[in-house]
Amino acid sequence: MPETITMEVWRYRPEHESEPTWDAYDVPLRKEWAVLDGLNHIKDQLDGTLSYRWSCRMGICGSCGMTVNGEPKLSCSTFLTDYAPGPVRVEPMRNFPVIRDLVVEMGDFMAKLPAVKPWLVSDDEPDEDTEYLQTPVEMDDYKRYSMCINCMLCYSACPVYALDPDFIGPAAIALAQRYNLDSRDAGAEDRRDVLASAEGVWACTFVGECSVVCPKDVDPAGAIQRYKLTAASKAVKDLLLPRGAR
Amino acid sequence: MTTKRSPEPFVWLLFSSGGMVTALLVPVLLFLFGVAFPLGLLPAPDHAYLASVVSHPITLLVLFGLCVLALFHWAHRFRYTLYDGLQLKKYSVPITIFCYGGAVVGSIIAAIVLLRAL
Ligand code: SF4
Ligand code: FES
Repeated sequence: MPETITMEVWRYRPEHESEPTWDAYDVPLRKEWAVLDGLNHIKDQLDGTLSYRWSCRMGICGSCGMTVNGEPKLSCSTFLTDYAPGPVRVEPMRNFPVIRDLVVEMGDFMAKLPAVKPWLVSDDEPDEDTEYLQTPVEMDDYKRYSMCINCMLCYSACPVYALDPDFIGPAAIALAQRYNLDSRDAGAEDRRDVLASAEGVWACTFVGECSVVCPKDVDPAGAIQRYKLTAASKAVKDLLLPRGAR
Repeated sequence: MTTKRSPEPFVWLLFSSGGMVTALLVPVLLFLFGVAFPLGLLPAPDHAYLASVVSHPITLLVLFGLCVLALFHWAHRFRYTLYDGLQLKKYSVPITIFCYGGAVVGSIIAAIVLLRAL
């Protein structure tokens, strides 16, 4: 194994350059080093001006999403040795405005998220002394969608989001389904206006890249297809049945 | 963010059921009539027998359903190919008319062809 690997890092410092540029750094190639370790080495030893986000180093916080050799990846879970002999190209996540270097602006997602009410909605005032029990089978219905760490890799991979930024997007829809399918939730009808709109599930053309890149196996594409069927059956019912019978 | 209900669920239902029915039936028909009968892998039914099968109302209905759903599947897919693949979404009105209108015309032609088998 060679001793070092070249990392080509996308640089954009708005006060210095109007166009992004590339900087190349040689970093030690160690078996246990992820792309994030390479970046930390650059920041500590070679160039302290490099900006990027990270926190947990273990695929939990969702803050270290980047484009590594063209693919959306969590940089803390993507190993340098998989790219040997290099070079490894590290860019910011696609489909988001870049603030600086590898740091992107996620305000769009943050603005959309509350629209799908990602919390348990209950019909009546919850009674503080009542436990809301749930069987393992009921939990299985939504558990997968609850694993999302909001890393935004799915938005970065989604060609529909690239073309139509109004699309609510994979993670937000998967999160809506996480609550819709929860036996304790009564908010499905509230979420329907947003989910069943043209900017909701119907914008999705089932490219499926979101599920391919998702590091937590959330399968947002599956969540969207499942909701399409729900929304379509509701639409047919609305059309055929009188109001009271729905 | 708009929350207008879209007509999409109905065309999507046609699209998805079309995809499923086509994927189930067309390979079988293609195999029988495109490979097995011409190559003699299976004994081919004679013309009179086929004609009587095709003119049965249930066969007609199934074939008609297959044609209609397959055409609407095409219409939906082709519409999005033009929208996203060729980035022509700004012409969405003529594209929509062309795609779904094409499927309607195709369905009428299928009906005429099938009815002539009666
Ligand atoms: S669905 Fe997956 S890829 Fe998308 S934000 Fe959640 S964890 Fe990340
Ligand atoms: S640093 Fe937390 S997910 Fe990568």
